[in-house]
Amino acid sequence: MKLDALRSERLPNIWCPGCGNGIVLRALLEAIDQLKLDPDKVVLVSGIGCSSRAPAYTAFDNVHTLHGRAIPVATGIKLANPDLTVIVVTGDGDSSAIGGNHLIHAARRDVDITVIVFNNFNYGMTGGQGSPLTPVSSITTTAPNGTLDRPFDLVNLAAGAGATYVARSGIYFTKHMVDHIRKAIAHHGFSLVDAVAQCPTYFGRFNKKGSAGQMLVSQKDWMVLKSVADKKTPEELVGKTVIGEFVNIERNPAQSGEAPKEQA
Amino acid sequence: MPEKKTYKITHNRKWCKDCGICVAVCPKKVFEMDHNGRQAIVNPQDCIGCQMCVEHCPDFALIVEEVSHE
Ligand SMILES: Cc1ncc(C[n+]2csc(CCOP(=O)(O)OP(=O)(O)O)c2C)c(N)n1
Ligand code: SF4
Ligand code: SF4
Repeated sequence: MKLDALRSERLPNIWCPGCGNGIVLRALLEAIDQLKLDPDKVVLVSGIGCSSRAPAYTAFDNVHTLHGRAIPVATGIKLANPDLTVIVVTGDGDSSAIGGNHLIHAARRDVDITVIVFNNFNYGMTGGQGSPLTPVSSITTTAPNGTLDRPFDLVNLAAGAGATYVARSGIYFTKHMVDHIRKAIAHHGFSLVDAVAQCPTYFGRFNKKGSAGQMLVSQKDWMVLKSVADKKTPEELVGKTVIGEFVNIERNPAQSGEAPKEQA
Repeated sequence: MPEKKTYKITHNRKWCKDCGICVAVCPKKVFEMDHNGRQAIVNPQDCIGCQMCVEHCPDFALIVEEVSHE
């Protein structure tokens, strides 16, 4: 694949060795490339965090907003310019903690944007604090003896809030991730992809996940394709994360995302 | 008999961070970490062009292309 939209003059990227963000960024570039979109009509909007640095490595117009606020800015861009393809690049903390309210209401309104959550289960940029997606008993800077609270299931959260396209993938499964990001962008309505990445520097080190390579390859052990999971019992799926497409429905035509037509 | 396909691996040393992911994902053991902890291409002749290393390198540091024998 030609990475035409990659701003190579800005590389090497700022991420740590083995960080999953670069793998998700590559999948995103590949998905946009496959859709053959006019590059001048693609806008990437991010919040704050290591993952939110990703748009700056692309040649697309992009806005690096405030922590948690990418979705409201993206909503504004989409409402003002309905012909643009607006993609939000966000972290698990950015999207589900400080930005959680924006996430559920954009889903409820079925705003025609795509949210790609670079989910590394912690706040990477600020030193590995827990996020609302940190699994129970994982060690974080804010839970040195293990996380007590249950995480959100981001897929169920988005689906429950009204998202019309919801998928999950993992960085080991690059083709699967490209396919689901591509479908999410092509979908008309609010779409979200839980793109499970990795932060070897904090989450990985605190939780003894081994090297970046071991952490990446381990996704084969703890992730299950939805088509396989659908044939299993809940007991068989304990400790597994299911990847695939969970919601793909047509949006309510009243929520077209376009400016209201003038009354005759 | 069809000739065995061969591939050229281009490694961008300036972008590589020696994370070892290519070593972990390559099915043919083309890469190794050397005694200084640096990524090294040790068995390029075994490359099958699967693109596993290219797609998983977080630093865009690898390109694998088929070599044409004309
Ligand atoms: C309003 C505000 N509060 C807190 C911060 C500090 N801060 C910067 S990044 C970040 C968390 C980022 O975590 P996540 O969204 O998961 O992204 P990651 O760095 O893991 O990619 C926080 C709390 C901030 N920049 N602005
Ligand atoms: S701190 Fe974690 S998320 Fe941030 S660049 Fe490093 S590995 Fe990536
Ligand atoms: S995966 Fe990329 S950055 Fe990591 S060691 Fe291999 S070439 Fe270097």
